[in-house]
Amino acid sequence: MRVLLPLPVVVPLIAAGISMAFARQRNVQRAVGALAFVITTGASIAMLVDVDRHGPSAAFMGGWSAPVGISLVADRFSALMLVVASPVLLAVLVFAMGQPGTEQEQPSFHPVYLVLAAGVGLSFLTGDLFNLFVAFEMMLTASYILITLGGRRDQVQSGMTYVIINLVASTLFVVLLALLYASLGTVNMADLAVRMHTVPEGVRVAFALLMFVVFGIKAAVFPLFFWLPDSYPTAPTPITAVFAGLLTKVGVYCLIRTQTLIVLPGDRIGGFILVIAGITMVVGVLGAIAQDDVKRILSFHIVSQIGYMVLGLGLFTVAGIAAAILYVVNQVVLKSTLLLVGGLVDHAAGSTRLASIGGVARRYPLLGWMFLLPALSLAGIPPFSGFVAKLSVVQAGLSAEEWAVVAVSLVVSVLTLFSMSKIWAGAFWGEVELVAEPDDATSVRFGGTLPMLLATGGLVVASLGLAVAAGPVFGYCQRAAADLLDPAAYVRAVLR
Amino acid sequence: MSLLLAFSTALLFSLGTYLLLQRRLSRLIVGLGLMGHGANLLLLLSGGRRGVAPFIGATKGERVADPMPQALALTAIVISFGVTAFLLALAFRSWQLTGDDLVEDDVEDRRIAGALAALADEEVADIEAMAAAGADAEAGGPALGEEDGP
Repeated sequence: MRVLLPLPVVVPLIAAGISMAFARQRNVQRAVGALAFVITTGASIAMLVDVDRHGPSAAFMGGWSAPVGISLVADRFSALMLVVASPVLLAVLVFAMGQPGTEQEQPSFHPVYLVLAAGVGLSFLTGDLFNLFVAFEMMLTASYILITLGGRRDQVQSGMTYVIINLVASTLFVVLLALLYASLGTVNMADLAVRMHTVPEGVRVAFALLMFVVFGIKAAVFPLFFWLPDSYPTAPTPITAVFAGLLTKVGVYCLIRTQTLIVLPGDRIGGFILVIAGITMVVGVLGAIAQDDVKRILSFHIVSQIGYMVLGLGLFTVAGIAAAILYVVNQVVLKSTLLLVGGLVDHAAGSTRLASIGGVARRYPLLGWMFLLPALSLAGIPPFSGFVAKLSVVQAGLSAEEWAVVAVSLVVSVLTLFSMSKIWAGAFWGEVELVAEPDDATSVRFGGTLPMLLATGGLVVASLGLAVAAGPVFGYCQRAAADLLDPAAYVRAVLR
Repeated sequence: MSLLLAFSTALLFSLGTYLLLQRRLSRLIVGLGLMGHGANLLLLLSGGRRGVAPFIGATKGERVADPMPQALALTAIVISFGVTAFLLALAFRSWQLTGDDLVEDDVEDRRIAGALAALADEEVADIEAMAAAGADAEAGGPALGEEDGP
């Protein structure tokens, strides 16, 4: 079992090396990339089954046991995140292969994308805060390259914002690490949890806040979200999709992990987090309503939806955190799907500005369906998976008697539906109005090349499957949440 | 010694923050570098008092320095070196494209500001037109010149 733990990190890294060596053979690169994600998906599923049955397991790199060495830890939460992330990474890769542009023109796309995947995997698995910093840097450096790949003027401009805000966040992260090490003498998360009670209460709350800020920038919570809607839409579609689906959710994962594991139950900043959650939801959705471009609307929705996850966390109940986990899982799939559909619209209609396109659903009915289903799900319409996730958040909020933030979340949900119908009315309905037509045969008939349609369709089916399997998935999320709120088993697994 | 280092950390952070608030990319990058140095110095400070090099077998019971923060700082330095190199390349590309190293206005902000200005212009035009129409009505004649009056 412990053999499996490093695989989601090591396999993409080895694949990145191979991919680099075969920079001129596009087909070798493609096969290596796809194979790497198939292997990580298999390994993550095996890990999930094992962890659900036998509890958290830890592996120690280089033969040094915790807290000195670097430990990789899989528990229910991290295994679930890996199981969701790996297929999404595969789907986006397949989409990129079919899309004319980035993947076909840039030999460096595959290696960098694989390094990004390794960074995401390491962020989920690491049991060490400093190693998390390294994982973030791996992931972010890869994302800097991906977001500016091509070096167009708008990319450089928005990429610069993205790089600088993330560097500031990384500097804060180093400061956090230094302060933690100075006061507790360790950076291992389980060890931090054990030793946290030795420092005064004020310092502990300050750590909780500092961790919230550091990971809040990555997760794009209010007021630290402003960089996201500016930088995401300018990148090529598959890259935006993977950023939207995974990178912000890595931030949310770290928020949930650190606020439950390292922060002691008495020092939790639940009320503060709930206020932030409410504002994040409202500001995000209002931003979305004000936009008139498919990709920009969807980018603001990322921010808005982060609010729901943070809401679940802020309740600090099993139901709340279970709802947050379900929401994260759901959003990883939905957001990637919607942005890939945005890319298909761009491909089929030549633009994503609502003012210049129209009637896409009439011309390409398949695209209409592929947008409609996840969009309704995002707005929380039954019977889709988004409804299940929203319902669980609302129920958790009601049982914790946080009426105000629940009311806000319901209003935001209506506004989400409004902005989705804005995209629908602007781009899909009405007279057929296209800026440019695609030139290959499949695209002319269906609106996208075969790999693009397969990848997006696969994700749509996955999001529907999430609704069908909602019961078991939610049961699993509840077990994961119970583990998070009672980290004794996690700590035991690391510090045997 | 620690106090001196603590003050240098504070100085690096304040200078870095000041530079980060500037509009020139070159200053932003220097500011980020200074803040990174401040953070690394803080990391080094977190190891506590100074001591001899911590090699197994080489020490004779003296106080040894904590090697852990040094290893962490070294990693952080390497990472920030790589990222700064990337940032410089990006800044160079930006200079190639725009011929300037001022951070540009946000496109969206400019668009909204433009839309607002256009809206304001329209309103001003409307008000002028209304005023003109009102003046015409008062003067009881179509000629604009009449409102100059006596």
